[in-house]
Amino acid sequence: MNDKPISNRAWFLVAPVLVFVLFSSLIPMMTVVNYSVQDSMGQNSFFWNGSEWFQHLFDPTTDIGGRFSRALVRNLIFSSVVLLIEIPLGILVALCIPKRGWAVGAVLVSMTLPMLIPWNVVGTIWQIFARADIGLLGAALTGVGIPFNDTQDPLSAWSTIVVMDVWHWTSMVALLCYAGLKAIPDAYYQAARIDGAGRWSVFVNIELPKLRRVLIIAVLLRFMESFMIYTEPSVVTGGGPGEATSFLSLDLVKIALGQVDLGNAAAMSLVYNLITLTLCWIFFTTMTQLDARKSA
Amino acid sequence: MTRRLVIGLYLLVLALPIYWLINMSFKDNVEITSALTFWPHRPTVEHYVHIFTDPAWYGGFLNSLSYVFLNTVISVTIALPAAYAFSRYRFLGDKHLFFWLLSNLMAPPAVYAMPFFNLYSAVGLFDTVWAVALAHCLFNVPLAVWILEGFMSGVPREIDETAALDGYSFPRFFVRIFVPLIANGIGVAAFFCFMFSWVEQLLATTLTTVDAKPFVAVMTRTYSAAGMDWGLLAAAGVLTMIPGAVVIWFVRNNIAKGFALGRV
Repeated sequence: MNDKPISNRAWFLVAPVLVFVLFSSLIPMMTVVNYSVQDSMGQNSFFWNGSEWFQHLFDPTTDIGGRFSRALVRNLIFSSVVLLIEIPLGILVALCIPKRGWAVGAVLVSMTLPMLIPWNVVGTIWQIFARADIGLLGAALTGVGIPFNDTQDPLSAWSTIVVMDVWHWTSMVALLCYAGLKAIPDAYYQAARIDGAGRWSVFVNIELPKLRRVLIIAVLLRFMESFMIYTEPSVVTGGGPGEATSFLSLDLVKIALGQVDLGNAAAMSLVYNLITLTLCWIFFTTMTQLDARKSA
Repeated sequence: MTRRLVIGLYLLVLALPIYWLINMSFKDNVEITSALTFWPHRPTVEHYVHIFTDPAWYGGFLNSLSYVFLNTVISVTIALPAAYAFSRYRFLGDKHLFFWLLSNLMAPPAVYAMPFFNLYSAVGLFDTVWAVALAHCLFNVPLAVWILEGFMSGVPREIDETAALDGYSFPRFFVRIFVPLIANGIGVAAFFCFMFSWVEQLLATTLTTVDAKPFVAVMTRTYSAAGMDWGLLAAAGVLTMIPGAVVIWFVRNNIAKGFALGRV
């Protein structure tokens, strides 16, 4: 990692990427910053509003502040629940993927399929699937006497969204772990067999340590993705019932595009973005440190 | 044996909602709303015929495919040299630049919906497939750089040096020798660009109104005052799965490595 030659001419190779990403990230971001410190009287006349939008946002007693803090808490709960289910389940599935033969390809391809469905079609699939009148899941649950209604009852709505996310993304964790498992040399397993190690100690002493790298990628990608979730819940529950499943993105889009409340939306965008940025920084430093340790 | 059972069960659970959608797409609306049936008792392809004969529907499908294609080509092309720079050289601000690129990958699209609307209206690209293709570069370019960098770092640097000694100029070396060496990585990067551009909806629908409307936005036509056209919605949903199923076949041997971003 550290013996790479230093050459500032490498900037020429990076330039095209820089131009494209600057165009689609910096300019829009400046617009947001602009809105976040101004107020509008309509008709494109803006005036300076200082930090008022931000003060509202951080004050839970105001309407917007309360909405923001509740959405943030909901989002954090959602991300934790989803991670707690998907990571162990993903590892379990990865351990069970066949090792060789035609079945490997077939299993991998069918596992990946849910991830290639457009997100609002994923929403549609589950919206239909969970309906008590025409959906298999909803009808089955009501049939065995479990009260289930994802548009009326917050618990049903939450479980539908969590199950949907598990259905949608567990395969990603499994594929990552599968890649990690495949990188373990056979000699390790042979050594374990000679030592008479059981299945569990093989897992704890050989497989889990080797999976640490991919698991970090998995945890953080899943965290980010679930923290930004928008399309699927917006189709299935629309943030309801009430505001029970209204996560940060959903609330933000409601404020920005629904109520066209630009100041509040912009302030919220910036804070939201800053939170993800901080988490991303933690992710990045962990990754590079691991890289450094590996090459050392 | 337990392993087979677990994987079989998992795949079954994955398949159930998809089975239900496919099942529904072949039923007429009377059958859908009147009773739960596990296979279409009066199978019909009317919904598919409807989609393939109505220009608004198949036009939407072509729109989606064209911005996905444009985005994939742009992202991979410009990411190639950048990934090479990151994997082979140290330069002023390289770590910061890389982090900044990644941070765009983590930015919630909801944050960008409103400013993108303004930006692309201002430059006159609003409601074209180019607007969506460029907007998706926001997260696909960093992703492509990241994946390609992982794959390129797996190629020993001696190859670059040998080629230089043999008198290859940099562009010739890059195209003739290096690109074929990381062909797998390029395939995987293209697959991921395809995937994230195909599944992303918030930006795609915000940036288009009429002419460049993506397929999934056309799907909202099935909600009407007269009630939902469930069969049509299901048929449209089934069709959106096909492109993904096709492209995944081409990268099936490298998917796992790709998800680990070429870093295993």
